[in-house]
This record gives sequence, structure tokens and C-alpha cells, in this order.
Amino acid sequence: MENFEIELKGITKRFGQLLANDNAELFVKKGEIHALVGENGAGKTTLMKILYGLYTPDSGTIKIRGKEVKIHSSKDAIDLKIGMVHQHFMLVKTLTVSENVVLGKEITKNGFIVDYERTNAEVKKLVEKFNLSLDPFAKVSTLGVGEQQRLEILKLLYRDAEILIFDEPTAVLTPQETKYFFDIMKKLSSDGKTIILITHKLKEVLEISNNITVMRQGKTVGRLETSKTDEAEIAKLMVGRPVLFKVSKTVKTEDEINKTETVVLIKNLSVLSSKGHTAVNNLSLDIKKGEIFGIAGVEGNGQSELIETIAGLRKPVSGQFKIFGKDIDFKRTTPKKMFDIGLAHIPEDRHKDGLVLDFTVSENMILGRHREKVFSNSFNINFKRVEEFASKMINDYLIYPPKSSLKARMLSGGNQQKIVVARELSKKPRFILISQPTRGVDVGAIEFIHKKIIEARDSGCAILLISADLSEILSLSDRIGVIYRGEVKKIFLADRTNEDELGLIMMGGAS
Amino acid sequence: MDDFFKIFSLSLLSQTIRISIPYILAALGATVSELGGVVNIGLEGLILIGAFFSVIGNYYTNNPWLGLLFGVFGGVVFAWLHAYVSIKFRANQIISGIALNIMAVGVTKFFLKFIFHSSSNSSRISGITPINTPLSKIPLIGDIVSSPLIIITIVLIFAVYYTVYKTSFGLRLRSVGENPEAADTLGINVYKIRYIGVLVSGALAALGGVWLAYDQHQFTDGMSGGRGYIALAAMIFGKWDPLLATIASLLFGFAEAIQIQLQTMGINIPVQFIQMIPYALTIIVLALSLSKSQSPSADGIPYEKE
Repeated sequence: MENFEIELKGITKRFGQLLANDNAELFVKKGEIHALVGENGAGKTTLMKILYGLYTPDSGTIKIRGKEVKIHSSKDAIDLKIGMVHQHFMLVKTLTVSENVVLGKEITKNGFIVDYERTNAEVKKLVEKFNLSLDPFAKVSTLGVGEQQRLEILKLLYRDAEILIFDEPTAVLTPQETKYFFDIMKKLSSDGKTIILITHKLKEVLEISNNITVMRQGKTVGRLETSKTDEAEIAKLMVGRPVLFKVSKTVKTEDEINKTETVVLIKNLSVLSSKGHTAVNNLSLDIKKGEIFGIAGVEGNGQSELIETIAGLRKPVSGQFKIFGKDIDFKRTTPKKMFDIGLAHIPEDRHKDGLVLDFTVSENMILGRHREKVFSNSFNINFKRVEEFASKMINDYLIYPPKSSLKARMLSGGNQQKIVVARELSKKPRFILISQPTRGVDVGAIEFIHKKIIEARDSGCAILLISADLSEILSLSDRIGVIYRGEVKKIFLADRTNEDELGLIMMGGAS
Repeated sequence: MDDFFKIFSLSLLSQTIRISIPYILAALGATVSELGGVVNIGLEGLILIGAFFSVIGNYYTNNPWLGLLFGVFGGVVFAWLHAYVSIKFRANQIISGIALNIMAVGVTKFFLKFIFHSSSNSSRISGITPINTPLSKIPLIGDIVSSPLIIITIVLIFAVYYTVYKTSFGLRLRSVGENPEAADTLGINVYKIRYIGVLVSGALAALGGVWLAYDQHQFTDGMSGGRGYIALAAMIFGKWDPLLATIASLLFGFAEAIQIQLQTMGINIPVQFIQMIPYALTIIVLALSLSKSQSPSADGIPYEKE
């Protein structure tokens, strides 16, 4: 029998009506990078939180280094040299890097007073050993996302973690940061650390892992050796059916695009960021009827401000805006007015701008649409109709679990995103703003959301698409504008360009 | 104009310190509690409890030091109620604090009548004798600077500051007030740290009450007189920093000292207007500082382990 570093067997965990883990199992060898994949809501995170002591399983056994253990708290897990980097970072932003590292296991002079000199020296040593490039004295509130993640890794290393669990580590990283992150992972693994990587990005799985465990609806449905499998096989296990990676759509020629009527025209738009810097700088673009105009760019180059301005959420400094031949006064517009013109908006942050997490699925389905005659007279909401509508949407968009009375908070990220997409696309809009439509969403749902977006395009909608995922931009868009420091640097036909060319201009290279 | 400068005398300084002591102690307590993430609006009641229990202790033992300990003990017990309800049972901390304040009024009224057979004040008690130091000879403020309670307060200011910023406990305290989930994942017992924070705030606020009672050599009904709330304002104005909160407390104490001074000088301004000064100052200062000051992120939010 093989010796495993980690053995999870028959793990079952139930949250109310929700069966999160159903007899799940996981076997991981020492020193390997093990990918735990599955769609959102498949129970990966739950299983890992059980391993890390944040949840107690209803049944099942855990063996670490061959010994059966009970893990009741994260303290138990830390004692077993298990560390976890959560999807949402667990950092105290008012403290420094060093303070965050040693918190809970401080280096003290007499058991009480923190020895900052030794603390900083120790942290510095670890930073250099694993090439994490962090300043021990920096306040966490000043760190970028990539740095925060490296700080999380540092915290684990400081605690001598031998088993490192990463929950969706690359979801928030740029391609460059991801590459750096993978280098660190390889170094850790060659140092003998065991790594579990929760993800649903299959390309990354194939690139970095040694072995793969696939979960679906709380169950372990497959164990694969990375070198002997491919994207299609993993995806099929995850979703339970074959998955298309690129949605098919009719390609439009340059001529066709030029001849189509322009329905959205933005000219010389300038917008300030919340901090008062110029975020959008004299930007102009036009979108045709039935066209998806993609915007490629490194995050923070004015994309969010552009979207917010069009949605009526942010007042620009200057600029003209014409939609369906009508001049819109940017400075006076409101989300409601834009809505009435036929704008739908899938915002980049579904938690912040897309949903009220403590409302039910059906309530979320009519957010902003509660004024529509179908759902209400001017006073009462017709909950029966709302319910019918929500059930239909749940059916059409395959939202899981299919219960309209659940709070949105209870659903996984991908299913939450489907609520937003369902609500916005079913408005029958003429112009759609779409921002990061599939961030944190799994393959099956991505395919589905992409299909719906193409459907909207084919029905004649003008669509402005922003995504940090270049392959998404490339596969969906008709034309692509590259944004750099708030300006559209160059516009390409989507089928005449590639990631490398776009990437170069995104980084400010020659246009 | 001469009148105006007469205000600024040594007696104004001594008055300012005398008035500020309970503000400082309660504001320090509030800071510790809120840095750990528990809002303690019950300071008002804790001051009252501290004052009353110290008088009882002093009355029965005839020892002001034992009285002091008894007062602090009373504060800790009552603060524990707040901690128990708001940490263990995750009750709304504002409501729990208000309940504490109302209960403190009731408890002290009842036992005042029961023990001292009066509805307004207790029997007279002796205070703590000042230590004889060379400083005691300075006219007017000599008494103040050689008062043991004031020396204790000064020590506590620095002790709290040092604990918050230099010790592992302080680091943990700040972390559970800022991001309890993060602290929890590192094996820190969030509940325990928060309990300690609230109990310390109870002890400190009660000590402020002890000072009030000893300063007046008796307990009078409702003698906390809104000081707990002003201490909360000082904590906010002090941006949840022990030293800044102390300075804010001194500022409020100073305003009140001026108010008293103005009244005794018989300046031709309506008394009601003069009495308004400290409170008006509180409102102005808060309005100016609120937008900029940052409370701990998890302040007032009960922590629930998953």
C-alpha cells in the first residue's frame, strides 16, 4: 500500500438542506502539487476547510502522514503543519507584513513583549529564502494583490507548514503574477512541501500539478495523473458531460462591421478615479448593432471607471455620448435613465454591485426591475409572478441548487453570477455592459454564460465587454480595443489578432 | 481683558487634571475594548458602579485601597456581563451597553437606599492620602501631582499604550478587532482576547468612578453624569489610540474647567451658555474628526465562528 501524506475518506458534510460533501475522498502524496478541481459548489472548499479544521465533518476519517487525526480547529491544523491560503485573504490590513506573519506565534523577549528586531530579521530571512520579494515593514493596506498572496504564503512558511492548501490562488492574479506564483509553488514543492491547489482553471492544472482529484456535487468523481490526461477529460468529469471550450459564432468581416449601423458612440470621454487621478483619458469608441466590442487591458487602466460612467454611476469630467441616435447628458444621467433607454449591466463585482446577498434568489432576480408592470403595480409587488419568473430563470440558466427561496449568499460564485446574468439578459436590453462575466466561474457555467452572451449579440444587442481573461475577450468579441492608461490605443478585428499582440500593447508597448 | 487672562491660572490646570482623570481612564478602557472589536457604550454605567462599589468597600473596611480594589472588581464583574452577552451570545453591543447603563443606575440607587438610607448620597468616606514628595509643595497643584490615583493613572496611560503597540497581546487585540476571521485562522482565540479587552475596559472605567467618589469623599446618585459618553467621544477623537485619547480627554477636561472657572468668576454671560461649552466642544470636535478617523474594521460586529 502506498504511503500518503494526506488521506481523506468518506467525508460527508451537510449545511442545512445542502449536502456539501457526500462521501468525498482525497489522497495526496508527499511533495506533490495536487490539483483539486470541480465546478463551483462541487464541495472543494468545504473539503479543504474540513482538512483545515474550520468545519467539522459529519462523518469520515482524516489521516495525516498515516496517522488518523481529528482536526477541531485551525490551531489543530497548524499543529499538524497544515496551512491554508484562503480565497479571500486573511490579513489584518492595519498591521505590517511582519506583524501579520508572526501574529498568533509572536517572537517575544519574555513571553509578552514583541521582539520586533528579531521578528523583522526572521521574516526577511524567509522572504529571501523563497524569493517572495516583500518588505517586512510595509503596511498590508499598501500591498497589491500579488504581494498579499505572497504574504499569505509567508505566513504558512513561518509556521513550518508542510502541507499548503491554496483556494483559487490565481483568480485575482494577472498573467505575470500567476507565472511568479507558479515559480514559487515549484520551489516549495522541490523543497518537499505538499501542495493542494483548488482551482477550476484547467490550463493551470495541466501546467503545474502532478495529480488531479475531480469533484462533482460533493462527491469525488475521478483521480487522474496529470501527464496522462487532457483538458477535455477533466472538464467532462467536472461537468458530467462534454464541454465546448470555444463557443461558435458567426465571424463578421471588416466590411460587414463598417456597414452596420453604429448604435453607441462615445467621444472624448475623460473620467477621474475615486482618488482623483485621470482614469479614462479622452477615450473614444463606437459599438455597432449586434456587435461585441471587447476591451483588453491590464486591470486598473480605466476599465472600471469607463463602465461606471456609462452605467450612470460616475460623473465624467467631459465627453459626449450618443446611444440609439439620442444624445445623453453624461452629467445628468442616472442608472434608472440608462435602464429606461435599454441598458443592461453585468457588473464586475457581483457581491458589491450585482446582488444583495441576504436577499433570496427570486428577490435578486428582480432587483432594479421591481418597477416593471409584470412584477408590480406602483405599490405592491406581485410575488407570485416574481416567483414564477425566478423559477423560469433557475430552469433556463440551470442555477443550482434550484431553490428560489435560498438566500443568494448560500449559492456558489458561479451560480450567483448566473443570477446576475439571467436578470440582466432577460430584460430584453439593446445595449449591454458586461464586466468580468465569468470571474470565479467554472467551465460548465462559463460555456453557458458565453452562449447566452452570443445569443444576445445575435439578437442585435450592442455589447461592451471587459474582461481580464484575454482568451475570453478573443473568443467572444467582434472587435477588440486595447486600453492603456485610460486610452484606447488600438482597435483590432478579433480574428486577426492574438494574445501576444494584445499583451504587448496592454503593457504600453508600441502600437 | 484682564479677566480673560485670570482664567489661565494654576488652579485651572489643577482643575483640568482633576476633571480629566475619569475621562482618561474611561477613554483608555473604551479604546482597549474597541480595538478588540467590542463597542462598550456601558462605560457610563461602569463608572457609576466603580464609584459606588469603592465607596461601599471603603465604608465597610475603612481602607481606601481596599475600597479601590472593590470598586475595580465591581467594574470587572459588570463588564463581564456585557462581554458575556455580546461575545458569547452575540447580542447587539449597543443594546447590551445601554442595558448596562440602566442597570447600573438601578443597582446603585437601590443599594444606596438599602445601605445608606438615602436617595441622594452615601456617608462620607476618606480618600487616599497624598504621598509626600517635593512636588507636593507646589502651590495649588501640589495636591494633584502627589495624589496616588493620578500617579496610577499616568502609569496606566503608558502601560495601555505599551501593551497595545508593543506586546503580543496588543498585536492579537488589534487583530481581533480588525479581522477576527484572520486571527481565528492563525489559532488565536478571538473570544478570549475580546473578553479580556472588555474586562480591562471595565476595570479602567471603574477606576475612573473610584476617582470621582474619592474626590468628593462620597457617592452621589448618578454621579457619573455623562462622563462615560464624553470618554467615548474622546476615544473617537483620539482615533482609537491611547495617547491621543488621553490628549482628547484632557481637552474635554480643560473645556469643563474653563466652564467652572467662568462661572465662579461671575462673568456676565448666562450660566446655561457657559455650561454648554464642554458639550458643544464635544459635538464640534466629533463632527470635525469623524470623517477622518478610522475605527477598527470589525468594531461592534459580533464574531461568529463558522
